[in-house]
Amino acid sequence: MRIEYTGLAEINGALIALDGVKGVSYDELAEITLRDGSRRHGRVILIDGERVVLEVFEGTSGIDLKHTGTRFLGKPMTLGLSEELLGRVFDGTGRPIDGLGEIYAEERRDINGPAINPVSREYPQSCILTGISSIDATCSLIRGQKLPIFSGAGLPHNELAAQIVRQAHVIGQGDGAKFVIVFCAMGIKNDTADFFRRDFAESGALGRTVMFLNMASDPIIERILAPRCALTAAEYLAFDRGYHVLVVMTDMTFYCEALREFSSSKGEIPSRKGYPSYMYSDLASIYERAGLIHGKPGSVTLMPILTMPGDDISHPIPDLTGYITEGQIVLSQELSRKGLYPPVSILPSLSRLMKDGTGKGFTRDDHPDLSNQLFASYSEVSSARSLATVIGEDELSERDRLYLKFGDELEHSFITQGMYEPRSLDQTLDLGWRLLSILPRSELSRVSDKVLDAHYVGASRDGGQ
Amino acid sequence: MESNKTPYYIYGVNGPVIHVRGGRSLPRMSLVYVGKQRLFGEVVSSQGDESVVQIYEDSGGLSSGEPVYPTMEPMSIRLGPGLVGGIFDGIGRPLARIESMAGAFIAKGINIGALDEEKKWRVKLLVKDGDAVKGGQIFALTNESGMIEHRSMVPNGVSGVVSGAVADGDYTVMEPLAYVEDEAGRKTALTLSQLWPVRTPRPFAERLPVNRPLVTGQRVIDTLFPVGKGGCAAIPGPFGAGKTVVQHQLAKWSDADMIVYLGCGERGNEMTQVLDEFRELKDPRSGRPLMERTILIANTSNMPVAAREASIYTGMTIAEYYRDMGYHVALMADSTSRWAEALREISGRLEEMPAEESFPAYLPSRLAGFYERAGYVDTLSGKEGSVTVIGAVSPQGGDFSEPVTQNTQRFVRCFWALDRSLAYARHFPSINWTTSYTEYYNDLLPWYKQNFGEDFPELRERIVALLNEESSLNEIVKLIGSDILPDDQKLVIETAKVIREGFLQQNAFHEHDTYMLPGNQMAMLRTILRLYDGARQLVSTGIPLRLLSETGIFSVLERMKFGLGEGRKPEEFEQQVDDALDRVRRANA
Repeated sequence: MRIEYTGLAEINGALIALDGVKGVSYDELAEITLRDGSRRHGRVILIDGERVVLEVFEGTSGIDLKHTGTRFLGKPMTLGLSEELLGRVFDGTGRPIDGLGEIYAEERRDINGPAINPVSREYPQSCILTGISSIDATCSLIRGQKLPIFSGAGLPHNELAAQIVRQAHVIGQGDGAKFVIVFCAMGIKNDTADFFRRDFAESGALGRTVMFLNMASDPIIERILAPRCALTAAEYLAFDRGYHVLVVMTDMTFYCEALREFSSSKGEIPSRKGYPSYMYSDLASIYERAGLIHGKPGSVTLMPILTMPGDDISHPIPDLTGYITEGQIVLSQELSRKGLYPPVSILPSLSRLMKDGTGKGFTRDDHPDLSNQLFASYSEVSSARSLATVIGEDELSERDRLYLKFGDELEHSFITQGMYEPRSLDQTLDLGWRLLSILPRSELSRVSDKVLDAHYVGASRDGGQ
Repeated sequence: MESNKTPYYIYGVNGPVIHVRGGRSLPRMSLVYVGKQRLFGEVVSSQGDESVVQIYEDSGGLSSGEPVYPTMEPMSIRLGPGLVGGIFDGIGRPLARIESMAGAFIAKGINIGALDEEKKWRVKLLVKDGDAVKGGQIFALTNESGMIEHRSMVPNGVSGVVSGAVADGDYTVMEPLAYVEDEAGRKTALTLSQLWPVRTPRPFAERLPVNRPLVTGQRVIDTLFPVGKGGCAAIPGPFGAGKTVVQHQLAKWSDADMIVYLGCGERGNEMTQVLDEFRELKDPRSGRPLMERTILIANTSNMPVAAREASIYTGMTIAEYYRDMGYHVALMADSTSRWAEALREISGRLEEMPAEESFPAYLPSRLAGFYERAGYVDTLSGKEGSVTVIGAVSPQGGDFSEPVTQNTQRFVRCFWALDRSLAYARHFPSINWTTSYTEYYNDLLPWYKQNFGEDFPELRERIVALLNEESSLNEIVKLIGSDILPDDQKLVIETAKVIREGFLQQNAFHEHDTYMLPGNQMAMLRTILRLYDGARQLVSTGIPLRLLSETGIFSVLERMKFGLGEGRKPEEFEQQVDDALDRVRRANA
């Protein structure tokens, strides 16, 4: 029989403190009964002798110091797991909110999953084709990778994520049935959640989707728990049930803001822009749960979406994320203003795992060369453009004019594509070579002569002879 | 083992920081086992009857009142054969054995030492009964891997006369191989292994000047910004600039005898990649798998933060141990910023007064303590050895004015500044040639003249001058375009482009370009400058540069690196340069 403690010593933000508590352990779950009999849940976050501080998941409004009962449950927070998760909708703490009742759990696991032993990891190398040229050619997604979308307010990141979910497939493997989606919403608006739900339903993916929804109006503690529940479910489906899981998480910016709010109510010393100093470790404990494990068939691929506050890539949230994730897909306001979709900004986008998952034996032999040369040539475009704004296009040299042409064509025929238009890898790569052939062959210094002989289709050879 | 009765108990828990009460305060930096699960921890401060402990594992499940077992000993690692080729966590536990005990996810409370205590090693003893020995002296040899001969040393502070020496044969790391009896009659057993407290630097006889470079096969480093063996270099750069790739390249191709690769708060997949790749890749000098000279310390970003703080000391202690055997060790620390953040996080939990950017005020002294353990030394065994430290720095937002970069700059003499705009243009390694520097250059010059060639300093100066001239010309080009420039200035721009794209850029993932021998590096420099000199002469006689460009000779030199890698001779390229110059000269004669 567990003791119920009556009354609280202090209420502060989402935290409550109790005095005279014995034998409670760190991270333990508690049930809090309010004066009106309603129940809430909390978790131990600090023990100081007989004083214990709890975070309350549902928030502290309505709690009073005197008439509150607290019962400690003697176990950490866990999530019930079984294949019944598929097709269901939960809140940020893993309670069903679709009216279909509790799932039958085969086992329960601590939502703060332990770290994968680096020795047990398998290096990700199977390329996932998204059917989107700008991603497949220059920023390839690899199964088991964590690749975030860095976006800005008003950009179509949700549409892009939905398109990736619709079109993603692995080369030479028709294992669509074993492909599932875990969707985790943190602090987003209802419309956004509805958009995803509708899109999954239309593409027939809803039956193999697990949703964890924490809306903008829901309590912030649940927002901090939501990605952990989602990843616990994803790990279970991947490593115990053999599914290939794509986890889409939106929006990490709101998650980090919840973390900041929570940290300041604990009275912690703030670091950059008021975010807690442990934000790097905290984000890592989420992102690093992606991966592959030796001898297990499934995989966890992570695609977090975050909106960069003020479109600033050096803001702590994108900055710390970029240091943990294996690259990033950056969307640009400039391309979006030109009316291009998807507005993927090629130069700052990067996939770190691409070098080992593309090319000979993985995709097409010329894939890495093409990608290297596209980057290098496209980076010349911006200097030609800025020169053109100063001296006028007419005064440009022939070389600079070709770069302008190349840049425009690249943006309008390569980056741009329809929301329901999947492109095969061959289409994408051949298009890429065609665009590069606008430039004189001597400008393509990243590629060896052998590759150029095979793929360069331009008229001008070696410096326009 | 510590007794099961202890007066100490847990009073408070705040993340990895545990408050302990129940007896006299515990010695600072001593090891404790916390709670029923016996989680590994270290005392970080003491006050009155309360000691504060940081634990190296997740603190979930600990409750107040649980027992705490002090050991009164500092945190140590067991050094001996079996480290090479292994992968360890931040406190020196072998991750492969943890996997076989606990599966793919790291479980709590596994207290095992770094070495396999069952495995027998073939030992050749170098001492016999009656020999006088002293601390640091090598007394036994073991073949640890195909590339590393393990030289077991008499523990520091032990000296006297050998007795009870065993015959050569197979022994474990714990079996006594001989005894040393000192003047007072105390006997100490000599084994293949020894304990060393990780936070204490290992002693050596004398520090020697740093006057030999670490040859890396990376052109921009070897020719422009070399680091000396026993020196320190920092690689700061924003994310995506390629810090990790540079570290990997150095670990693969540099001419150190041993590599200690420390993944400190970084990605798990990167460690997996090193493990996989280094088993496959062959050392260019010995032809053996690189893993036979590599030790990995992996404390990834999602592993406990206190262990991340300890990991750099674990790595450094291992590096010093092999240095003491007479090896040249390179320690790659990726990334020191994550270590500094671990320091900040723990400092915050201890409620210490924060300094700049809420890092603790002792950040500079801790950084100095780490980098100063590098050096080129005469060891106690009379050999020469060195520890070179290459530390990656991950400045927030790529801003080099933040405290970790700034303080690191004070303690390293070589600074490879990675540049986001170069990385965006896929110019790798993205080492910016105007903001990077090395203070070792003058100390290394005699070696370079001897080994790279007498003309090395001149070639290097001319290359640097051309790059500098280009960057000032670029200011003008940005405004008016390059067409307006006179031919001699256009030539500078064309040549600098060959230097940048042909020489400084190096493709780490290209079979032939990933590593370049010093001789070929010099040949490239000579050929590029040969073209420049010849072209200058043409231009001065009024022949338009355009005619030379149209021969395509500039783009031939840009791809010279691939040709050399495929085995073509430098002379071929020199000939091509001369031919192109001749053709143009004759056509305009």
